[in-house]
Amino acid sequence: MDYPGEQVAESLVRAGITHVVWLPDSALGPWETAFDRSSSLDLVRVCREGEAWAIAAGLCLGGKSPLVMIQNTGLFESGDALRNVLFDLRLPLLAVIGYRSYLVPDSTDSARRFTEPILAAWGLDYILIQHPDELPKMTAHLQACRQANKPGVVLVAEGRM
Amino acid sequence: MSRAPSRMPLVPALQVLIVLREERIVVTTMGAAREWPKLAQHALDFHYVPSAMGEAPALGLGLALSKPQREVLIVNGDGGMLMNLGSLVTIVASGCRNITLVVLENGIFEVTGGQQTAAARAQARAQVDLAGMARGAGFANVHAFQRLDAWQREAAAILEQPGPRFITLAVEPVVDWQLNAPGPMSERLARFKAALAAV
Repeated sequence: MDYPGEQVAESLVRAGITHVVWLPDSALGPWETAFDRSSSLDLVRVCREGEAWAIAAGLCLGGKSPLVMIQNTGLFESGDALRNVLFDLRLPLLAVIGYRSYLVPDSTDSARRFTEPILAAWGLDYILIQHPDELPKMTAHLQACRQANKPGVVLVAEGRM
Repeated sequence: MSRAPSRMPLVPALQVLIVLREERIVVTTMGAAREWPKLAQHALDFHYVPSAMGEAPALGLGLALSKPQREVLIVNGDGGMLMNLGSLVTIVASGCRNITLVVLENGIFEVTGGQQTAAARAQARAQVDLAGMARGAGFANVHAFQRLDAWQREAAAILEQPGPRFITLAVEPVVDWQLNAPGPMSERLARFKAALAAV
């Protein structure tokens, strides 16, 4: 599903996001140009997903409103960093996570199988969007989590890796 | 004639930074987080305990990006640095210049009882050069010290050089200790956030 990058960027700005800290996959990656062009978003590129949570933590402590943007495989990779900043530091960080293989019928991809159980295990408030028309839903969820001062996740349904 | 020591004691090495930190935001972890709060307190100190090991440079980068007009000093361990070498590239790629990353290099994981790092094992075969890695990642100024007197002599000038800066300090290992948080995280974070808000 192709999400116009400009609409995604605008949706994040409307949600109050100041920084996108990311390691994209092939579905999120096309948004790069729009993020770079946005005068309201700063894009921070990381080498490994754990860094993204810690950088977002520092930004949050400094008064900014960052968003972590990674694939679900990166969610698995970055579990300890997530655990530390959300539960030890109790920071209300937000994330948009690419949900690899969600749109593949009868997928046997283990990345698909474990995504929602892991978010549930962390106790994270998440929603799923499956179509660009649902971007307002993403904005609303991020805004609601910010107002409630709690972490939140938006899963973006994807096809194959 | 006795050989010159190849490592410096940790506490005097940290005291050099404590004297020079001025109004920098300071992030410490592991051995530095154990000793620093016993030596000095400042509202802009964040002793990252409990941490996600390896993530102190990243957390410091986030602080530096949020406060571009303020210098950030990160004091990391070599075990943590090895866990997240990519953060060297991330720091440089961010364009952030207000960062100094100091790595205390003792060759062991102190917190788990003194086991050798992979780099320490590798030293027997080939030199593992964290400073060289930082240089290769594009750090503007990179320095490595083994002797305390040299570190004491040169530190002030190094901290005035253009960032990002990377400094390794070869320090004597300390074993048989506990890493305890210097107070409840919620209280420490509230103080730290309040101090940051005033910056």
